[in-house]
Amino acid sequence: MKTLLTINEIYYLVGIIVMLLVGMTLRDKGNPKRLTTALFWFLFGSVFLFGDMLVAGLGKPMAYRVIGVVVVVISLIAGCGLLSAGSYLQRSAADRQASANRLGNWIFLPALLIPLITVLCTVLLKNVAIGGVYLLDQKQLTLAALCVASVCAILAGWKLTGGTPLQAVRESRRLVDAIGWAAILPQMLAMLGGVFVAAQTGKSVQEVVTLFVNPDSSFLLVVIYCVGMALFTMIMGNAFAAFPVMTAGIALPFLIAGQHADPAPLVTIGMLAGYCGTLMTPMAANYNIVPAALLELKDKYKVIKIQIPTAVTLLAANILLMYFIVFR
Amino acid sequence: MTVTELLPLIGIPIVVAGFAFKFNPLLVVTVAGLATGLSVGMDLGTLLETFGEKFVNSRSLATFLLILPVIGLLESYGLKERAQDWIASLANATSARILMLYFVLRQGLGALGLTYIGGQAQTVRPLLAPMVEGAAVAKYGELPLPIRDKIRAHAAACDNIAVFFGEDIFIAFGAVLLMDAFLKENGITNIEPLHLGLWAIPTAIAALIIHMARLTRLDASIRRDVEAWKKSEGTEVTA
Repeated sequence: MKTLLTINEIYYLVGIIVMLLVGMTLRDKGNPKRLTTALFWFLFGSVFLFGDMLVAGLGKPMAYRVIGVVVVVISLIAGCGLLSAGSYLQRSAADRQASANRLGNWIFLPALLIPLITVLCTVLLKNVAIGGVYLLDQKQLTLAALCVASVCAILAGWKLTGGTPLQAVRESRRLVDAIGWAAILPQMLAMLGGVFVAAQTGKSVQEVVTLFVNPDSSFLLVVIYCVGMALFTMIMGNAFAAFPVMTAGIALPFLIAGQHADPAPLVTIGMLAGYCGTLMTPMAANYNIVPAALLELKDKYKVIKIQIPTAVTLLAANILLMYFIVFR
Repeated sequence: MTVTELLPLIGIPIVVAGFAFKFNPLLVVTVAGLATGLSVGMDLGTLLETFGEKFVNSRSLATFLLILPVIGLLESYGLKERAQDWIASLANATSARILMLYFVLRQGLGALGLTYIGGQAQTVRPLLAPMVEGAAVAKYGELPLPIRDKIRAHAAACDNIAVFFGEDIFIAFGAVLLMDAFLKENGITNIEPLHLGLWAIPTAIAALIIHMARLTRLDASIRRDVEAWKKSEGTEVTA
């Protein structure tokens, strides 16, 4: 069955937006590293624009190899400090206040349309097809809905403010430059996770744990599983990557097989212990570093610092909850 | 335990050391990936192939870039200014109260599977942060950078914590499906995803209690910061 808006078309749209930003960066004489900054984003945008074409043209192994090289170049550009923010023409504070007064609360409308339309499309367009064609990609429904919502919001913003969609992209360059390399870190970590799986890192973790754990102390095992989930999540930036490693290494052999712990609450609370780690690591860039950039915080670790007290207390709570629930 | 068995772990100290020495995280991750792959005997071509495959297949992580243009446009036409004026007109709004309301809404909606109704780019930057900041500005006037940053960081933290410990209750969420698949693969077959969702509720309640308790003290802490700042400003003037 065909689909009207597929996830691949959404990637093209992301690619086009990134390429527009590349063009604007190239023309920005106020950016001291405009050529390398533009190259960084050009390579990134290429993966979105040409990724599928490469796979179709060269076949998967060769295309992935080429993209692998591109990714290494991207990380070298960032690693050598060749990214920098540009200069931006901004409307003055007085202009902003004037249009805020003119538009009143209507200005919230396009921003509110994003979540509203996303949710409506997700709920209403699930399994909806007209004449044998699905309207939205059914496998990635929320993302397809998010894409529709973003386009609607831009159109509404255009109508409301009089600023064009191209101006919208121009205004977003400030935000994208502020986020910088952190925008790409989540994808890089997915890559590292893939290598860890291929290298069977989980097995090694299990063997190390075996050396240090007394399999008779159920409370200690619970502590090690929860703290291990949090720590490994901090390293991997993602509880999903830590979960199979830690659960196979500690929960399955020692807690479920050895101590007859109830598996459902055990793995659920274990995963949530990992989430406590997500709150405490810069590796979880899209939750901790991107917001610091988006909010223009001087200290890019400020969000993490604010989260640590809650995260640590909640990790302790998870340890207690797990101990009393799985052995109840 | 032999050295060969430990080699797949080489990526972990590299990531930790990379951060300690403040190298760029993209570079650290790439080096950790290369070292791990090469140390277990993958050839460079296969390793690059794994890099490319995972990078291409996780492109969905970058779709938040689609939201930024409209946010940028609205901001240049006074979105933040309007958010702050509106909050200032509500007499009972304080920074902590707005955050508490947002936390409950976000966690509740997350539990119903509506996780995309909030988010750092969608709601925190354009709406929540300006409102929370606006409530404090309405009370104390313009604030210095450190106090402003603390308030904004609280807005970002509120979104993260509320959604993390709400979304797991919803059974269609990725984490629940991942755990379900993992258990089935390992021969534990008598568990429904619904059970996993239900066992997320105790932690969700704990998260609510812990973070609310912290937020009840936020307004007083902002007031102390402002007083300390005004005092230091005062001494500078007289000195």
